[in-house]
Amino acid sequence: MEALAALAVAVLTACGTYLVLRARTFAVVLGLSLLSYAVNLFLFFSGRLVTGAPPLAGGAGSTADPLPQALVLTAIVIGFGMTAFVVILALRARGELGNDHVDGKGDVP
Amino acid sequence: MNHLILAPLLLPLVAGMINLQRVRRGLAAQRCVSIVSTAGVLLAAILLTARAAGGQIETYALGGWPAPFGIVLVLDRLSALMLLVTALLALPVLVHACAGDDRCGRDFHVLFPIQLLGVNGAFLTGDLFNLFVFFEILLIASYCLALHGSGPARTRAALRYVVLNLVGSSLFLVALGAVYGACGTLNMADLAGAVAGASPGQIALLRAASLLLLAVFGLKAAVLPLMTWLPGLYSAALPSVAALFAIMTKVGVYAVLRTQSLIFTPGGPLPEAAGLLLPLALATVVWGTLGILGGQSLREILAHLVIVSVGTLLAGIGLWSAAGIAAALYYMPHTTLVSGGLFLLSGHIARQRGPVGDTLAPGPPLSQAGRLGTAFLLGAMAVAGLPPSSGFIGKVLLLQGTTTGQALWVWTVVLAGGLLGLWALARCGSVLFWRTEGVSISGAPVSWTGLAPALALLLAGLALAVLADPVARYAGEAAAQLINPEAYIQAVLGGGRP
Repeated sequence: MEALAALAVAVLTACGTYLVLRARTFAVVLGLSLLSYAVNLFLFFSGRLVTGAPPLAGGAGSTADPLPQALVLTAIVIGFGMTAFVVILALRARGELGNDHVDGKGDVP
Repeated sequence: MNHLILAPLLLPLVAGMINLQRVRRGLAAQRCVSIVSTAGVLLAAILLTARAAGGQIETYALGGWPAPFGIVLVLDRLSALMLLVTALLALPVLVHACAGDDRCGRDFHVLFPIQLLGVNGAFLTGDLFNLFVFFEILLIASYCLALHGSGPARTRAALRYVVLNLVGSSLFLVALGAVYGACGTLNMADLAGAVAGASPGQIALLRAASLLLLAVFGLKAAVLPLMTWLPGLYSAALPSVAALFAIMTKVGVYAVLRTQSLIFTPGGPLPEAAGLLLPLALATVVWGTLGILGGQSLREILAHLVIVSVGTLLAGIGLWSAAGIAAALYYMPHTTLVSGGLFLLSGHIARQRGPVGDTLAPGPPLSQAGRLGTAFLLGAMAVAGLPPSSGFIGKVLLLQGTTTGQALWVWTVVLAGGLLGLWALARCGSVLFWRTEGVSISGAPVSWTGLAPALALLLAGLALAVLADPVARYAGEAAAQLINPEAYIQAVLGGGRP
């Protein structure tokens, strides 16, 4: 399970990094979303992978760590808001600058 | 537990929420709420600094949850100093904005207090994840403030800034996940102990996390390879917004100082990030100086001066001696307040030069050249570090704090940077005020009252020089507290980890 989890984070990060480095805002926004998915998974996994364990400390036997779940919830909410903001900003930049390049300069003829 | 420590957070939060309700009620009421809350924050910051000056470290457990489990706010000398500097900058900037900048767009008086909330929270929190949350609060407010007044130049600069910072936030979370995965805690005082006693297996993960955190805070502080967003953003933003942003880079500097002095200490098992600081800082000074020399407008030059000041601050911190950190902490209020004042002044200068604005090209003579020129001279002297100003004292303290091995590089870079900066500012002043053509533009005169916020910030340079002894003593004591973090750890964790 660890290998699969690590692979998921790695693939998402690699795709996200590739897309963030693109010139056009649509790809960059997609890349930012993929990066935030990767980060959320990574944060979630930082509490170790356990199945079927109660999320409480102090019980007998193994328990799931509840803190990363709280952290990841916060991170998801913040990431969601920020993605919404960057989408609106990208649309506005498309309108105001006349092109959808991240540097706002457009294609060099 | 003393509830006053919550005031710098609650006052702006409540003000922002009230103003959100009153968006359609007109500006007068909103201005009133903002100014009252910011003045309240200033008062609270003064009281908190007076209390922290005694040397005891106060903690506030939010929700009553004890330290490594709940989130704590911690007030030590460094936090108190940062709160005071923020409030001293924010009040004049807000008064200046009320003269018209807040009318350029909507919701200025919602965003301004929320920005203050994020900055103050970042200075007070004792928990790494909470630091991330406050960073996001100040960032979302800064995104909107950077766009305040709209226009293509602002949109272009803000898009770059937002994308870079979203990537930065992702890296921050990766670092937090790695830290939590290795140590099982995110409380900074608790982490200090966990890192000091880390096993070789944990060290590898923590090393990656420490360097990631340096990159994230370096992006906020605008350290060398990560500073490309700053000149465009600061020169495109409204003068009052750019002036408020003078504190934003210092939040990054503060975060570097806090995490490196407490968790990833230069003497501990993970000294890599701390060791990188001095070379990066000096390179930042060099790059910023080159930017000043190549600046095409006053605002662009001021933005590069902010980068130089960040480099100078981090150079002081990167010496990792009590004297070096003390010099940086003395330099911090000086550079924040004076560069804020210069940004405010640049707005007045640009308005009186009409169509050419603040670009370094011959333009119509200013209708109040004497008044604005004197103010500019005052600020330029302070920022370039000429004697009687506080910039001079700060640089002397910094140079005195170097050891023989470091002296060659630090002295060369800081002194040469200062000289070139002075030359560039002199060129800038002579073009703006003396190389004139045509007739002056009537209208847009600024009264003494209108100029007062900018003047107050610029005069802070002189005030800090007059008050050099108490301020430097406070900075020295704050540095001593940072060099020996045992008291901080003791104050947060009480009798040790349960």
